[in-house]
Amino acid sequence: MSDLIKQTAAQMAAALADGTTTSVELTQAHLDRIAAVDGAIHAYLHVDGEGALAQAAASDARRSAGTPAGDLDGIPIAVKDVLATQGLPTTCGSKILEGWIPPYDATVVAKLKAAGLPILGKTNMDEFAMGSSTEHSAYGPTHNPWDLDRIPGGSGGGSAAAVAAFEAPFALGTDTGGSIRQPGAVTGTVGVKPTYGGVSRYGLVALANSLDQVGPVTRTVLDSALLHELIGGHDPRDSTSVDAPVPGLVAAATQGADGDLSGLKVGVIKELGGEGYQAGVQQRFQESVDHLVAMGAEVVEVSCPSFVHALAAYYLILPAEASSNLAKFDAMRYGLRVFPEGVDSPSAEEVMRASRDAGFGDEVKRRIILGTYALSSGYYDAYYGQAQKVRTLISRDFEAAFGQADVLLSPTAPTTAFKLGEKLDDPIAMYLNDLATIPANLAGVPGISLPSGLADEDGLPAGVQMLAPALADDRLYRVGAALEVALTEKWGGPLLDRAPDLTGASA
Amino acid sequence: MPEITRDEVAHLADLARIDLDAAELDHLAPQLSVILESVASISEVASDDVPPTSHPLPLTNVFREDVAQPCLTAEQALAMAPEVDQQRFSVPRILGDEQ
Repeated sequence: MSDLIKQTAAQMAAALADGTTTSVELTQAHLDRIAAVDGAIHAYLHVDGEGALAQAAASDARRSAGTPAGDLDGIPIAVKDVLATQGLPTTCGSKILEGWIPPYDATVVAKLKAAGLPILGKTNMDEFAMGSSTEHSAYGPTHNPWDLDRIPGGSGGGSAAAVAAFEAPFALGTDTGGSIRQPGAVTGTVGVKPTYGGVSRYGLVALANSLDQVGPVTRTVLDSALLHELIGGHDPRDSTSVDAPVPGLVAAATQGADGDLSGLKVGVIKELGGEGYQAGVQQRFQESVDHLVAMGAEVVEVSCPSFVHALAAYYLILPAEASSNLAKFDAMRYGLRVFPEGVDSPSAEEVMRASRDAGFGDEVKRRIILGTYALSSGYYDAYYGQAQKVRTLISRDFEAAFGQADVLLSPTAPTTAFKLGEKLDDPIAMYLNDLATIPANLAGVPGISLPSGLADEDGLPAGVQMLAPALADDRLYRVGAALEVALTEKWGGPLLDRAPDLTGASA
Repeated sequence: MPEITRDEVAHLADLARIDLDAAELDHLAPQLSVILESVASISEVASDDVPPTSHPLPLTNVFREDVAQPCLTAEQALAMAPEVDQQRFSVPRILGDEQ
């Protein structure tokens, strides 16, 4: 593997700035890596080698002329296939959008292009971001670079695996209930779900509008800060976008790397731990807490009693919103159109039914039906209405907890990566993976996951999650960078140095 | 907590405009029952005085200036259509013979 691609994005930015490398060289090195290992990993649904190299050449020309578009100009990136990319297929991992090429860019994609980042391709995901393993992709699962027989998390397993396998320096993901953070945890990478409204959702194919957020998928905390600052900020095209400046995230990460956390109060969430959490995950989590204490933080236990109902609330609110959102796939203006068998001159409605049956996978059908049920008259108050009330209780729990602590801490996911196929047809077992990540989406607060180490029992990565109050994303970067420095020192290098090399790996 | 029956799932799929065949109904109906059972506890959690939250941000009526913005051309909008006729989306019939 070329040493070039093992660098962090921040290091690549420095190498581009001082002329040690070029964007074409960097982009080609990643395309070579993709060609070598993606047959085994399947992180990408579409690779745009030609387009990426053309963007890279344009970037190099800007550098030569002394007019780079920004610090990240020329660093290639991967984009989750749920974000609209003009001229590049956008399938959301679904057959219903097979071959669809959007006529416009998502705002975050437009920002990447304006900043000069070549787009390597689109990454695999659970269909319409419904899942925790990427196995619900209509195009086949992504494999975890740490163990090809295991899941890379989901829904953004493609982005996380691409970054973990050095097939991209960083990537964009989306997080509705943990789809950035949980894949980060099980692949030994860093992922951030920004404050709700902190990053534009324009051009993000909505799963659940009130929960979805776009965010960075990277190998280091600083790289996440760099990418988050680039994509964040107000967008008039997203009516839920927060009209406030993005706090200094790179500055916070730099400050945190000093390793001084004196005066910081950290709250360990009592309800997100213990029973149901793998021993090795708990162990690594406790070590992370100890590191924070060693750096001067004060640790308190906080209780968020309503969090035990978060999963139930989420699996009513999400399907309700998703069933409405996916109604637009009606086979009329774009997407798959299938004619029912044995029907002469079928009606538009019959074509719609046949198309949605053929185009949607099992998990999407489950959730659409569940959402339709939750919104039905007679059940609305008992389910959807109650779930919305629980959402209020969860926000109140966060409010009380942030009265006692600056950031909150928990393991990101209850277990390390499980085997492909193990939970595919057991929806409840699959849903439990998001136990610790869902509360942040319901309340709209930001969260980060970073590697806490390898679990003793299986040698697979575990993650630690930090949560901050809405709009205080900078705290995550400060504390995250501090912990990252301490852990990297303890490991004697980045955790990903211990991942298999993958050279010679086959699917 | 009413159990969700196979017939109910068939009805819901109909409302959601998805053709499910018998095999799919056999497969999905029991799974949906299990999911519903696991979320049923929600109905007893919050008392009447708790207000619902529909959205994490307290935003209402976000407006922009009434200024024309660039938008897609007809060609762009139609480029991915399953069928196009005279610069329009062409769709199957929407009415039956009896209508």
